[in-house]
Amino acid sequence: MIYWYVGIGGIIGALLRYGVSLAFNSFWSGVFPMATLTTNLLGSCVLGWLTSYLSKNKRLSKELYTGLGTGIIGSFTTFSTFSVETVKLMENAHLGLAFLYVMVSLFGGLLLSYAGYRAGEKMLQRTGGAS
Amino acid sequence: MFINVLLVGIGGFFGAISRYWISGKFNKKGDLKFPYGTLIVNLVGAFLLGLITASSLSASWQVLLGTGFMGAFTTFSTFKLENIQMHLKRQRNVLIAYLAASYIGGIILAFLGMMISVNY
Repeated sequence: MIYWYVGIGGIIGALLRYGVSLAFNSFWSGVFPMATLTTNLLGSCVLGWLTSYLSKNKRLSKELYTGLGTGIIGSFTTFSTFSVETVKLMENAHLGLAFLYVMVSLFGGLLLSYAGYRAGEKMLQRTGGAS
Repeated sequence: MFINVLLVGIGGFFGAISRYWISGKFNKKGDLKFPYGTLIVNLVGAFLLGLITASSLSASWQVLLGTGFMGAFTTFSTFKLENIQMHLKRQRNVLIAYLAASYIGGIILAFLGMMISVNY
């Protein structure tokens, strides 16, 4: 049952995200949402890699692949928190930081997703297919 | 601390399954190669998290529904991956429309959710 893989992946992904936010809380007290940004950029890179590299792996079942990508990485990253944090920055008159947050998420996310995707393709070529 | 881990986990479980279910329903409709499922999930999630964040719900409810459920229900990585796939297929206009709808829509809906919650 694929829903179980996605659900258990969701538990792991959400807890990892929560762990990152707690870790950042211990040393980052600025208003800029560093934890969510780190989570989202890292997750974009890993999902890009997973999609180009692991999706071709015949040994990995469709269920496990969906659990990893849609479940863990999908839940590790978040769009709702990003949106709310942007509004909060704007409400507190940090317009420059809000703009910076949107731009770094937008272009940084694209760049890292692409980098992960390409890295996966390169690894696939080098190993002649994941084994 | 331990109770929060439990709450985030429970929220993450149901958030991820709900996203998977909605994505499956909407992402493959007809020949339209547009990820409506991801867009719907992200916009609805942004609005609902706005409602939750600005509400008077207790910290535990916030952790369960906000950090757990909405955090896992919405996704940034899949959104970015779909952006890259549009780029690789040279669907430039579709990519720009998707980016604009997600970012502008998400921020406006989060704002609306917070406004409604504060004034309710």
